[in-house]
Parts: sequence; C-alpha cells; structure tokens
Amino acid sequence: MTRLDALKAIYPALESRVVVTIMGAVAAELQSIGHRPNFFYLQHAMGLASSLGLGIALTRPEKQVIVLDGDGSVLMNLGGLTTLARYRPKNLVHVVFDNESLLSVGGFPTATSTGSDLAAIAAAAGVPRTATVTTIDAFTAAFADALDAKDLTTLVAKVDAIGPAAFVTDLGLLENRFEFQRYLKQ
Amino acid sequence: MTGRMPVSSAHSRVIYDALKACDIRLLSALPETWLVHLIRMAEDDPAMTLVRLAKEEEGVGISAGAHLAGVKSAMLMQNHGFLASINGIVSGAQLYRIPLLMVISHRGVFGERDPWQTEGGGVTEHVLDALRIPRLDLDHPDHVARRVAKAQTLAYSSLRPVALLLHRELMWEEPA
Repeated sequence: MTRLDALKAIYPALESRVVVTIMGAVAAELQSIGHRPNFFYLQHAMGLASSLGLGIALTRPEKQVIVLDGDGSVLMNLGGLTTLARYRPKNLVHVVFDNESLLSVGGFPTATSTGSDLAAIAAAAGVPRTATVTTIDAFTAAFADALDAKDLTTLVAKVDAIGPAAFVTDLGLLENRFEFQRYLKQ
Repeated sequence: MTGRMPVSSAHSRVIYDALKACDIRLLSALPETWLVHLIRMAEDDPAMTLVRLAKEEEGVGISAGAHLAGVKSAMLMQNHGFLASINGIVSGAQLYRIPLLMVISHRGVFGERDPWQTEGGGVTEHVLDALRIPRLDLDHPDHVARRVAKAQTLAYSSLRPVALLLHRELMWEEPA
C-alpha cells in the first residue's frame, strides 16, 4: 500500500475532523489531495504531533482528532505513547504510517525495519485499541472501526517507502497555524 | 517522603493561585522536589487538567495543541526538563509562534546541596538567553502574582515562549 492511496481512502472521513500530521511526505501528500482549514501540519518538532493532538483532544472533547504520524516520529517520542494511554482520550485516533525508513532524509532504515513493532509497543504502553494493517482494504476498514469505536486507537499502516518529489508546498507554516486556530474557535 | 522536604507549601499556593488568575486550565508536569505541592494542587483542582508526562518535551506539544484549541496552559518542570525540551521549544513553539508559559525550578545554583543538579544551574539562564526566551525570577512571594501575570501577558502579545524561574529563596524553607 502507498501512503498516498491510504490517505485518499480515508480523506472523506478527514474532511469533517481535526487532523494533525507530521512533517515531510505525510504533510505534502495530504495537501496534494486537498488542504482544509481543519488540517494542521507540524512541519518540525519531530515526535510531538501525537502530543499536540493529545493537547487538542483533552481540551476539546467534542472534537474527534486524527493524528497522522510516522514510524520515525513515533520512535522519537515513545514515552508519548504512555502519556496518550494514561489519559486515553476517547476522541483521538492515532494513525502511524510505517514505511520502516526516514524517507525524507535519505531513506535510512528505522528500527521498525529490524523488528520493532509499534502497534505492540503502543499496546504494551496501554493504548486500548491497536492494530497493524498491510493492505488498503484492511486500513480503510480498521480506520472506520477506530472512528466508530470512540476510544483511543493506534493504527499502524505498513506503507511503501515512497513519497512525493518535493516536501515544500506553497502553504506557509504560520498561515496554516493561524487558519487552524481560527477553525478550532468554531 | 515529601514530609521531610521543606518545600514551601504557602509559596506554592501563591504560585498556583497566580497561574489560576491567568486562566491557566491545563498544566503539564514532570515531578521534581520543588514542584510537589504545585502538582498536588493541580491534582486536587477539578477545574485543572493535569497532564503527567514521561518527558518534558511532550509538554511543548500538549501546550501547543491546547493553545490552538483555545485553552491557556503552562508547563511545570525542572531546569533539566527545560534542557530536555529544547528542540520542541525551538522547532515547535517558536517556529509556530506558541505562547508557551514555562515555570522552571532553577536547581543547581547557590545553596544547592545535590551535586547532580549543579551543571544545569550554571547553564539554564545562558540557554534561555541563547534561545531569546524572556525570563523573570520568582524569588519572593510578594511579586509572584504580578510577575506571573506579566509573563503571561508577554507570551500572548509576542506569541512566543516565556520563562519564570522558581528560586530556592521562594521554594525552600530551610536555610541554605
């Protein structure tokens, strides 16, 4: 499965929800499908997208928050999984696109390429719902289940280590930040 | 355990009340000796969301999310926790103009008895200066409320991190 196809498959569900992504390919590919004011792309602070999503989920329980994370980023903030599990926001779905590499900086393999299992780590941290999926159909179904479950879910999607040709888009970082904040005022 | 630690409960209350007066509704924290009373006060306050962290840098992300969601927050941490949070502060809070209120216990300066705290004390102010983070010292209860409010005001007008350094004179009741 490609990450782009996975994003396209869940895009209709993202349209009405609060979405926080990591930097790089995830941000560029989601924007290529269509940017919306309810999408925030954390273009640095690697590892903190899930923490930022937790901050929104805890303070705005009426909103459903989707965090689109990656294996390199999760590996940088494994402790954050324990914090997510500890507060168990029912309104947060944590998707991890695992391409087993640091694609945007040369494709060097991450520890998931040698067996580290992020869904198992999340489960052991206490995340109540976890799964690893490898096909687009399984991903689409598991994502829909996670939205319906109304409980904290970490869904690891194994994806190909391919991405867009460029990562810089014409959406300014601060433009995105203030637009997103304005959206959350609603 | 904390019964033997002469951390000032009265001054912790003054700090907590000052944070509440600034409409702080979420505190992220990692325990450290000087912060025990503040964390307990947050725990006992039904109007406060207390987020206990595994590592302080998570708090930068949580506060950024809370800010974007319209809720005022602060981070409670030791200066070593601040040092552990620097990338998040620079490439998260500064890059995205987040008004981050950091309440930092300034360990390792004059009067410090724990040898392991002493390196952090020597670099904290220099690192804050290098990061261009404005700071105020909290070393006497009389100015706590005013300085906490001023820090919060600047954080929100500049949309940048600010630091309040908790000093031994304020937090510790035993003579050095």
